[in-house]
Amino acid sequence: MASTAIPVNQAPTPKLNYLNNGHSLKSWLLTTDHKRIALLYLISVSAFFFLGGFFAMLIRLELLTPEGDLLQADTYNKVFTMHGIVMVFFFLIPVVPAILGNFLVPLMIGAKDLAFPRINLLSWYLYVGAGILFLHCMLNGGVDTGWTFYTPYSTSSNTNVVEAGLAIFIAGFSSIFTGLNFIVTIHRMRAPGLTWDRLPLFIWSNYATSVVMILGTPVIAITMVLVVAERLLHLGIFDPALGGDPVLFQHLFWFYSHPAVYIMILPSMGVISELVACFSRKRVFGYKFVAMSSVAIAVFGFLVWAHHLFVAGISLYAAMVFSFLSFVVGVPSAVKVFNWTATLYKGSVSFATPMLYAFGFIGLFTIGGLTGLILATIGIDVHVTDTYFVVAHFHYVMVGGVLMGYLGGLHFWWPKISGRMYPEGWAKLSALFVFVGFNLTFFPQFILGYVGMPRRYWQYPPEFQVLNVLSTAGASVLAVGYLLPMIYLLWSLRYGPIAEANPWGAAGLEWQTSSPPPTFNFDETPVVTWEAYNYEDIPAPKELEAPVAR
Amino acid sequence: MSKYLPLWPDQASTMAGQVDALYIYLLLVSGIMTALIFIGVAVLAIKYRRVPGREAHPIEGSLILEIGWTVIPFFVMLTFFVWGAVLFFEERTPPVNATEVYVVAKQWMWKIEHMEGQREINELHVPTGENVKLIMTSQDVIHSFFIPAFRIKQDVLPGRYTTLWFKATKPGTYHLFCAEYCGTNHSGMGGDIVVMEPQDYAQWMAGGPALPLQDTGRALFAQLGCATCHRSDAQGRGPSLVGVYNNQVQLEDGRTVTADENYVRESILDPSAKIVNGFKPVMPAFQGIVSDEQLNALVAYVKSLSEPPTGTAGLQDQPAPSPAQPQKAQVQ
Repeated sequence: MASTAIPVNQAPTPKLNYLNNGHSLKSWLLTTDHKRIALLYLISVSAFFFLGGFFAMLIRLELLTPEGDLLQADTYNKVFTMHGIVMVFFFLIPVVPAILGNFLVPLMIGAKDLAFPRINLLSWYLYVGAGILFLHCMLNGGVDTGWTFYTPYSTSSNTNVVEAGLAIFIAGFSSIFTGLNFIVTIHRMRAPGLTWDRLPLFIWSNYATSVVMILGTPVIAITMVLVVAERLLHLGIFDPALGGDPVLFQHLFWFYSHPAVYIMILPSMGVISELVACFSRKRVFGYKFVAMSSVAIAVFGFLVWAHHLFVAGISLYAAMVFSFLSFVVGVPSAVKVFNWTATLYKGSVSFATPMLYAFGFIGLFTIGGLTGLILATIGIDVHVTDTYFVVAHFHYVMVGGVLMGYLGGLHFWWPKISGRMYPEGWAKLSALFVFVGFNLTFFPQFILGYVGMPRRYWQYPPEFQVLNVLSTAGASVLAVGYLLPMIYLLWSLRYGPIAEANPWGAAGLEWQTSSPPPTFNFDETPVVTWEAYNYEDIPAPKELEAPVAR
Repeated sequence: MSKYLPLWPDQASTMAGQVDALYIYLLLVSGIMTALIFIGVAVLAIKYRRVPGREAHPIEGSLILEIGWTVIPFFVMLTFFVWGAVLFFEERTPPVNATEVYVVAKQWMWKIEHMEGQREINELHVPTGENVKLIMTSQDVIHSFFIPAFRIKQDVLPGRYTTLWFKATKPGTYHLFCAEYCGTNHSGMGGDIVVMEPQDYAQWMAGGPALPLQDTGRALFAQLGCATCHRSDAQGRGPSLVGVYNNQVQLEDGRTVTADENYVRESILDPSAKIVNGFKPVMPAFQGIVSDEQLNALVAYVKSLSEPPTGTAGLQDQPAPSPAQPQKAQVQ
């Protein structure tokens, strides 16, 4: 279709875009431009990522030896708690929706901005406020309950549980507002002709994510308030000593925190659909099934929370029901993996960095998903729950999945975000580091878990040392893989080659506007007359051809 | 099992082999699935790599494939579910003839009390070939009793009993871990499960003066004044407790409950929670008055009232404890 051809009139003259439209600090801190807010998130979320990563390194260094030698027991407990809280609430949950989603949702649907630009800015301030509160909590001694805050330990712990709980409460509202904004925007602000079945799959997955955000997040907010109320007012809610029920806390906590896994992974799955389509130059195989599988994951994701409680004292039959439902939610995830694989068939596959991350995602998510099925099998879960098997499993899904999707997406849309290309050689090298480092870190933990090493152990029996050393070695490689992109992406802001509007020859409205886009995204509102991923109408860029063919 | 690089845990209970068999099945299926996807991605990506002059073929999808890869994985998963559920049912259903052992967890130790009155800390001695049922509670936060070599685990909660059972098969010393994070010394809250041949176990059990748990309970029952109302001739102000345990109890509000360990426990600590039909809520609450250990003894005594007069389940044939030998481990 001729209307989607790349605009080639990208003159080197500096056009007014969202980046150079105002340079003052105020123009950034009071912006309502979704793209600038996305960059504010990029900076703050990255800061939390490196903080969480620093805690991860402390954990891995402590576990290098069986004795507790580097840190005190209490310090270690605080470190893994803060690693979990920072990574879950301040990195994994916002990373893809608040950075890539914020930047791309309006662009992909041909809108000028999100439906509520000021609420969008408020979301960021809530996030930052929650982050500062948590940093304050950390510097005042931190919290040692584990990110799961299980009662009655969190009722009795003498660390800063109240402040950490409030930080999570506030961060939750940031996420609720983002979800609300996305839902309204996707319903009301699609460009003419952009019907639901023409939407990019990234939009579908962010839509499903938003539904989970606004339905699930209030529950964690309430739960945190109840914990705070129990601590401050001695209301007996969860602590049996006050007449409460500790298992009730676990039900409430996981009613949010299991769907939260889908808040993390669904947007990344959306990224992978975009990447696989672009670098195979084909429409995603089974588009409707991939779109609907996002919705199915969001719905069934709400019905599986008690699979975290199989040994917590729930009834035999409740355990069986939740085991069954956990298998059901596995089906739509499997459907996505099969469809991405099938998309390659008869495609024209190139191996640019974003596609390498997509391959990495498929590999790691497959392992993460299948080990999830092992955990859903109740007879096995009794043995492996609360061991390193679980730690390995959720890192495969949350780090292997979410982070691969995020890094793939960040590289893919970097030319659009920054107007510059990243250095391909360095990017490929760091993708390799991430993949190898990740597997070396977390694969030994599956074995460690099955032989019986419990999680959250500061010291451990000596026979577990070799596997722990492997894991720590892997973590070092992984750290290099994460530091490299930060360096070369910053470098590219100044020295990277200027990016064209559509350097990948990609479908999608975001590629039809200039790189970086103007403040209001499109000079004129696009009218969509084609299906998503109409790659047959778009010429492939020359430089992406396979090396053998050159 | 290699000392430095253990790849597989010891198998020391009847459950271990069964869990491993299912795990191997899951690993096989998962391995095949992973291989299919990895090989599929690799083969397709290389075969259809970008070369000049070759365009991608637009393909919409295939309903048959979509149905196939929705339904087939679902049925494969159903086999996981059914096998796992059957195994779980067995894990969670203690045999009726099991020897009972009471476990009290606290930050950061495991206190064990055998029916014969033997007490241990962070150590549990059990014989091979015998069903053992642990009746566990916590004095503070949630803990979890985990024996990797037996492939079993159960959270231990404050304010109620949870149970766990096993049948050890191989003599040896195995790890006991606390698997639910419980504070500062969580990783130190472990110990040894010592599995012994029955004759060695009998000898160990004989080693020390000990009053059977139900006898401690009987003494407490008299001392706390329970016996004045709960008279065995059913003429007291409270219901007779003879034959109550493990039977149905008709409550005043019309409900019927089974008098299990948790029911007996609750009826001591908070008697007004469930009033037996035909009685008045006149019993004082014993919350905060009896310790978890005393409660265990009372529960053991109430249970013994429902058993044939020969004695407790399990080890009644063991020789009487000899006072001459030293106590293995003394609580507190």
